[in-house]
Amino acid sequence: MTEEEILESLADIVEEIAGVDANEVTSEKSFVDDLDIDSLSMVEIAVQAEDKFGVKIPDDQLAGLKTVGDAVGYISSNISDR
Amino acid sequence: MTDVVVTGLGATTPLGGDVTSTWDALLAGRSGVSRIEADWVERHELPVKIAAQLAVDPSEVLKRVEARRMDRSEQVAVIAAREAWRHAGSPEVEPERLAVVIGTGIGGAVTLLAQDDILENDGVRKVSPLTIPMLMPNGPAAHVGLEFGSRAGVHTPVSACASGAEALAWAWRMLKADEADVVIAGGADACITGITLAGFTQMRAMCTTHNDDPERASRPFDAARDGFVLGEGAGIMVMERAEFAAARGAVVHGRLAGIGTSADAYHITGPDPEGVGQARAMRAAIRSAGLTPSDIDHVNCHATSTPVGDVGEAVSIRSAIGDHPILTAPKGSLGHLLGAAGAVEGVAALLAVRDGVIPPTANLENLDPRVHLDVVADEPRKAELIAALNGSFGFGGHNVALVFTAA
Repeated sequence: MTEEEILESLADIVEEIAGVDANEVTSEKSFVDDLDIDSLSMVEIAVQAEDKFGVKIPDDQLAGLKTVGDAVGYISSNISDR
Repeated sequence: MTDVVVTGLGATTPLGGDVTSTWDALLAGRSGVSRIEADWVERHELPVKIAAQLAVDPSEVLKRVEARRMDRSEQVAVIAAREAWRHAGSPEVEPERLAVVIGTGIGGAVTLLAQDDILENDGVRKVSPLTIPMLMPNGPAAHVGLEFGSRAGVHTPVSACASGAEALAWAWRMLKADEADVVIAGGADACITGITLAGFTQMRAMCTTHNDDPERASRPFDAARDGFVLGEGAGIMVMERAEFAAARGAVVHGRLAGIGTSADAYHITGPDPEGVGQARAMRAAIRSAGLTPSDIDHVNCHATSTPVGDVGEAVSIRSAIGDHPILTAPKGSLGHLLGAAGAVEGVAALLAVRDGVIPPTANLENLDPRVHLDVVADEPRKAELIAALNGSFGFGGHNVALVFTAA
């Protein structure tokens, strides 16, 4: 899965949960400051991302994922390509 | 002390998605009760297969993400509050002088059940992080408080079927005590589901005889009544200190002139058959309005269509007010909206005074001879009204009476 594909899927999850237009979900955006996503929605996004990409996102890692790009990078390096 | 005026009304009910459609349906004597089209009715072999379900589903009104973050009881509160706020002309008020008081009888029970199913079937990581804010009974008030930026205080009276009326009483006290200039107040409940229907049925409180004739099931004061019909919805009023409303040139639809509350200390669910506690609340409300019983020419009754409750209420009315007022019982049309009932019916009482017309009691065909009071049936009745009293009584022995007068 390429980083572009991960971004596209992650954007869909963010739209589903937080109502942010998927086109707005771009790499440089901060979840909290730019996309106005609260900590409760971040938990939901993480759970769906875990299921979608087959990765584990422990809470201490989640806290460090400030931007969409951070999340895409984390998922990309932890994903087990099948 | 300041007068308390009502400047905005909002509702979403089994009769309509707003105040106008609800009021029109009440005047027409229509019923909002219908068959429940859900698989759990047959799966659990529920004796009750009917309810007074919302005429307009919240999903038709709210944005998708708004809806998924709120329990249905919160959704209806927000919908009705938005209507009431618009109706009031979106008052400009300091956040520190704006309060919210919204009661609920049950709160987010439907969310609790759904998330418990998820926990059992899919495990903890699938449980929504919004579970607690969706199930907490202060959720409807908190969501409305957030939306309008209320910082004077956000409160939630919980007194079963008196909750909505108690919220209006609480708002009245806040305004009288000068704790706020504007209060968004009312009630919300939306818990039509298997366990609530089963629980009320096991109390033998519900109508189980009209599953094939739902529109005739709720029949307050009728000799053939045999229990209430569960409903869902919300009613909200924007209330203000009279000086504040006048200064901003607001349209006043009526006044909440007085309130009275009391408790029975009689039985956990059964009303005191002598109606002593109810009558005490009614007298207190009339007194605090500076009126006498002869001024009360209309009573918007709690009458839920249970055999015992309706007669007890008639006894209370006769003892506290007399046999002169003209009565109506809106639950014949609305069903029983639990914590929203007092708020929606308060709206109806206020509109009756404003418009000089009292809606008929749906399904009242043969008045129970033990009631022997003037209950409007069949057609709305025109009458110039000085003051209308609305009574709400909740399991636990909570009694609330509200007196509305013209603007």
